Amino acid sequence: MTNAWTDIKNTDLVIVMGGNAAEAHPCGFKWVTEAKAHRGAKLIVVDPRYTRTASVADYYAPIRQGTDIAFLNGVMKYCIENNKVQWEYMRAFTNAAYIVKDGFAYKDGLFTGYDPEKRDYDRDSWDYVIGEDGFVTSDPTLQHPRCVWNLLKEHLAPYTPEMVERICGTPKDKFLKVAEMISECSTPTKTMTSMYALGWTQHSHGSQNIRAMAMLQLILGNIGVRGGGMNALRGHSNIQGLTDLGLMSHLLTGYLTMPSEKDTDFETYMSSRQFKPLVPGQTSYWQNYRKFMVSFQKAMWGDKARADNDWGFNYISKLDVPAYDVLRMFELMYQGKVNGYLCQGFNPVLAFPNRAKITEGLSKLKFLITMDPLETETARFWENHGDFNDVDTASIQTEVFQLPTTCFAEEEGSLTNSGRWLQWHWAGGTPPAEAKHDTYIIAQIFLRMRELYKKEGGAFPDPVLDLSWDYADPNEPTPEELAKEINGRALSDVMDPTDPTKVQVAAGKQVVNFSQLRDDGSTMCGCWIYSGNFNEQGNNMARRDNHDPDDTGAYLGWTFAWPLNRRTLYNRASADLQGKPWDPTRKIIEWDGTKWSGYDVPDISPTAKPGEVGPFIMNQEGTARLFTRGMMRDGPFPAHMEPFESPVANVFNPKMRGNPVSRVFETDAAQLGLSDEFPYAGTSYRLTEHFHYWTKHNRVNSALQPEFFVEISVELAEEKGIENGSWVRVWSKRGSIKAKAVVTKRIRPLICDGKPVHIVGVPLHWGFTGSAKKGFGPNSLAAFVGDANIDTPESKAFLVNIEPSTAPKDKELVS
Amino acid sequence: MNLDLSRRSFLKLAGAGVAATSVGAMGFGEAEAAEAAHVRPFKLATTTETRNTCPYCSVACGVILYSKGDLRKGETADIVHIEGDADHPTNRGTLCPKGAALKDFVKSPTRLQYPMHRKPGSDKFERISWDEAFDRMARLMKDDRDANFTATNQNGLPVNRWSTTGMLAASATTNETAWATFKFAKGLGIVGFDNQARV
Ligand code: SF4
Repeated sequence: MTNAWTDIKNTDLVIVMGGNAAEAHPCGFKWVTEAKAHRGAKLIVVDPRYTRTASVADYYAPIRQGTDIAFLNGVMKYCIENNKVQWEYMRAFTNAAYIVKDGFAYKDGLFTGYDPEKRDYDRDSWDYVIGEDGFVTSDPTLQHPRCVWNLLKEHLAPYTPEMVERICGTPKDKFLKVAEMISECSTPTKTMTSMYALGWTQHSHGSQNIRAMAMLQLILGNIGVRGGGMNALRGHSNIQGLTDLGLMSHLLTGYLTMPSEKDTDFETYMSSRQFKPLVPGQTSYWQNYRKFMVSFQKAMWGDKARADNDWGFNYISKLDVPAYDVLRMFELMYQGKVNGYLCQGFNPVLAFPNRAKITEGLSKLKFLITMDPLETETARFWENHGDFNDVDTASIQTEVFQLPTTCFAEEEGSLTNSGRWLQWHWAGGTPPAEAKHDTYIIAQIFLRMRELYKKEGGAFPDPVLDLSWDYADPNEPTPEELAKEINGRALSDVMDPTDPTKVQVAAGKQVVNFSQLRDDGSTMCGCWIYSGNFNEQGNNMARRDNHDPDDTGAYLGWTFAWPLNRRTLYNRASADLQGKPWDPTRKIIEWDGTKWSGYDVPDISPTAKPGEVGPFIMNQEGTARLFTRGMMRDGPFPAHMEPFESPVANVFNPKMRGNPVSRVFETDAAQLGLSDEFPYAGTSYRLTEHFHYWTKHNRVNSALQPEFFVEISVELAEEKGIENGSWVRVWSKRGSIKAKAVVTKRIRPLICDGKPVHIVGVPLHWGFTGSAKKGFGPNSLAAFVGDANIDTPESKAFLVNIEPSTAPKDKELVS
Repeated sequence: MNLDLSRRSFLKLAGAGVAATSVGAMGFGEAEAAEAAHVRPFKLATTTETRNTCPYCSVACGVILYSKGDLRKGETADIVHIEGDADHPTNRGTLCPKGAALKDFVKSPTRLQYPMHRKPGSDKFERISWDEAFDRMARLMKDDRDANFTATNQNGLPVNRWSTTGMLAASATTNETAWATFKFAKGLGIVGFDNQARV
């Protein structure tokens, strides 16, 4: 989230699209209710289902899953054509005026440079014209035919209300009503917030869904302001934290990135990451990359990271593919190329698409290690449960370790919420029987492996032997020790850059925040964006001052938000070119002639003059990008793409399937279904009574929602002769499940490209362990393809068929 | 009297404290005092309160854990109740149907108790000691790393990749656990390393 949960009360219009906050994030959704009750805010829901969020909306419009880009492009076109643009904001704070290279174009659903063999674009022409001075060329009058603004208008031209209806199935009048309500937020004193979740990410074009809304928000001037923003409602309690800390194949901590084989040495690695400003006088914050990187390397390898070994650069793996993401790993597993796997609090048997393939992959492992407080289907993937897990146990040769861990109530530490607040919590209970903390388990495996490397040697033992593991009790690092490492400290005296005779941070002291980090090895810091979390003031994540001066919703004294305790990202953009708030009633910060100050930590140097430094300091342009150059694999503008499995062809290019640059493995391509065999559009979702596959282990939640079901419209039920509450079978090209049918008016058939499209809804909370009745999940059906930029599986759109059936059979109990 | 009572001390005063102090001080007869001594104090007045957050969704509602016994005093602590934290700015004491039933997660009949081991081809889990499990896992992992590690690519460039063992990290663990996990996985050169953010 760019903003905080508590900031939502400041909005005038909430759009929930690609999410269902009332059910999936209920207590956060209360801030929407607050805005409606006390500010007169309105709520729009755009969703294939009439969700519980829709039931309290001021306006609901249906949409076919996977067509959000067409809808949002349509809204952008509407706003531009009806002069509903926050012109001053858009001109000053986006790259609208920049001139784009000749050669860049879009035709038949594809951008310039497409290579169907490689399933990739040559992105060379997707860039600005750079002048001889090294700066971008622009036309502030927006007259130049090749400026971003005019190219964008051209790109949006096909997305008329009629086209939106044809693609999305949203009736034209409903689309126009939504567009009109949104367009009202183009004035400086009206703001919209976007609340989205996995309804946008789980598509082969998920990144572009989000990008389309971000562009709309920029055109309306709604980024960086109170009550505005792009608010990703993260799924798990610390999914934000684990992403920030870089527990991903392609990341290091704080959005530093893993080197690739192209980064042959440290300097080459650095050269493509310390972005130079593209506009004179601009702050380009990534110019500090080296300080963060060297401090990170010192945190990893301590004294063994030295200037003469490039701070241990060769200890870090270099990738030969963009990422060993989960789909790639399970493909490799399926091919028999993976031997071991550790699942810490993760249940891939229910979480990843094409369950049959997942189970087959796990069956080829030599060993599987699971760490969890609860039973999981993954730990027991080898156990036969009749129709619910039909495996041949004896033939599965995988050795499995199921390790019991503590749960939240028995451990201490911080979790990062969706609004980037790092909130500390304390342990209140004794763990059951032999359950252990994850840190203890990790430490034990690590220490024993390191012991073996000391004794026996082995493959490149250096990064293992040299890993910094400097804890009072190496067997179990404490949360405080780890938090302090994340914050970082001075390893030798750090001198004041303005007065080299003065010590800024004495050796051994915690740095106050990342502004004190150095690239000469004198500081260490686990994760720069978190720095400030635990400094010499103490544990800032444990702060509990809940005062909120003038009721802005900022709560600066409550815990710690990254970066630098800032609550609203890009808040410099809440003020105009003179530094005055666009809306004085919703001031965040203000320029007083010498400095920025206000209710939040300014997202700009406190002394950066308003007219001189652009607000988007993480971009080398200083502006936000309506045109994203070559930075996204599937296009600098969002373009309509169908899901890989879609009931209708892409109207721009009927031969194009899914995202033209998504990676598709061979066996998965053969397992994609067509709409003649699988005519219905399947989708997956959560229910408010359950959290993923955990709460089926809780008796209360299992009593509230005891049994797996699928949801279909009255029309489809009639067509198929399916009674409400009767058993049905739902199957895709990859798997088959049985469920009770819930026949509902919450789902209605849509008319897309002239034909009716029926939707089959599949909730995701059931398996074969726990207190609830045994059931299935949508991942038995979903396709093994992912987003072109990040490889998130397309779990929200797949094709199925459905028929009346009988109850599934459990394994027969022999007595 | 200190009027700035925390809720906890208020409960104590109203419950357990009554018989011992106020009743006598106010001059009740012995019979009444004896009667009052039999009144069971409020359940929560005898518990330890701990601040925590709901581990499910990213709203991260504040909760209060009530336990019999106090971990900070080195006692065994048994959680008997969990409710919303009224001081928390986001949820202000409220919880959704998931958070409201959190105690059932802590006390779930399918909470894991002991390390378990499944032999290849077996149809059951069997108990294994932590020590034996750690030794065996470290052995399996090291052997796989040594056998399949890619030290350099075809150009002789050090690439330091271990791709035959992968790891999924848990996005419900703390940042501190995550950092320890990160060091472990990236230090070993595990490239197939992800968390729920990917899916
Ligand atoms: S109580 Fe509900 S809304 Fe709050 S964090 Fe837990 S799951 Fe989310």
